[in-house]
Amino acid sequence: MTGDHDDPDHPVPTDDPDHPVPTDDPEARARALQSLLVEKEKLSTDAVDEVVSLYEEEVGPMNGAEVVARAWSDPDYREWLLEDGTAAIGDLGYTGVQGVDIEVKANTPETHNVIVCTLCSCYPWPVLGLPPTWYKSPPYRSKVVKRPRRTLREAFDLDVPEDTEIGVWDSSSEIRYMVLPQRPDGTEGLSETELAELVTRDSMIGVERLGEQSAEELA
Amino acid sequence: MDGVHDLGGTDGTGRVSHTPTEPVFHDGFEQRVFAMVMVTMARREYTMDEFRHAIERMAPAWYLDSSYYEHWLAAMETLLVEHGVVDDDELYERLEQVRAGEATVPDRTDPDAAGMMRAVVESGGGTYRGPGEPAFETGETVRVRNMHPEGHTRCPAYVRRAEGTVQEVHGTHVLPDARAHQEGESPEPLYSVRFDGEALWGPDAEANTAVSVDLWESYLRSP
Repeated sequence: MTGDHDDPDHPVPTDDPDHPVPTDDPEARARALQSLLVEKEKLSTDAVDEVVSLYEEEVGPMNGAEVVARAWSDPDYREWLLEDGTAAIGDLGYTGVQGVDIEVKANTPETHNVIVCTLCSCYPWPVLGLPPTWYKSPPYRSKVVKRPRRTLREAFDLDVPEDTEIGVWDSSSEIRYMVLPQRPDGTEGLSETELAELVTRDSMIGVERLGEQSAEELA
Repeated sequence: MDGVHDLGGTDGTGRVSHTPTEPVFHDGFEQRVFAMVMVTMARREYTMDEFRHAIERMAPAWYLDSSYYEHWLAAMETLLVEHGVVDDDELYERLEQVRAGEATVPDRTDPDAAGMMRAVVESGGGTYRGPGEPAFETGETVRVRNMHPEGHTRCPAYVRRAEGTVQEVHGTHVLPDARAHQEGESPEPLYSVRFDGEALWGPDAEANTAVSVDLWESYLRSP
């Protein structure tokens, strides 16, 4: 059941003799497994549709943006968010899988925070949704803990000044981290809804800084 | 286990391909695999820790050569076969039928199961198990043990033997090293430990950088 070890394009075998089925053709394997699980009444069409629609429609970075906008607008909420992220985020209705415990780290002119998961791809789903491909891929997971300043500059065009400390948060437990970006200049008159529109997914991961940009630049 | 999944600090992994936005799922394969894992985990066919460890058990070259959702599919196949939910011959046979166009995915409706999925997604599954009696306190200097277990661990290799400072005590949490092997929850105090860049990377560290990692008590000792 194993693949071809003599394939000149893959001198190192990418098959796995210990795996129960051949390791190629993931599309067909997914269908095969799905058809068996449905047959065994362990899976239903509507459960699959429900899960997909939850993450396509309801769970995403717009939730985190709402949290950030509230923190920018309400100093008491900001304090609560940094003290007990789980409770303050829960107060806006966001919790659940991959985010039962969430801690929020605030960027300041002196400190820049960035999140990663070097061992797999842990990410605060209830506030940011499912992680983007680059966050889950070996280059980001390997580099950002060792050379964060260079990684942010080369991959994200973000120059963090030498005198600004970079704090990297490696999500090794079930506690999830998100970054509270700085509020951009020139946003004093904006409502929470308008502020939330300025908050990007990347700024809550920490690969973008909002504080040094004005509202016009962000728009 | 010491494996290629433990990527922190590895050089030569190529460029980060940043995309400002991308679809939640790129295709039907990603939707299918994501939903199947969510449902089977919600049905407690396996735990998150067993799932992560099953991904780590993929052959190294295969792991590096395959996508995130291929990792998920591989781990799900491994665990559902190991736990007897599906039989490996049966899975192989069905795969051949799918490839030959002789099998399709049937429709099945189960509103209760769909409702349960929403409830599970919204409630999650926390690992906090009370305050416990932590051996270390905030501000204390600790050293990460030199450890190389064959089984699952959440102690990344790049922090082992390094000295850091406890910056937060999280209370006790389920120990992944135990639950990944069906050895119970074995909750232990969990700490946020902060390492200066230089403590991890020596003279090759970038100035004014630090990494914080959550580490269980059995990973740590006094310096």
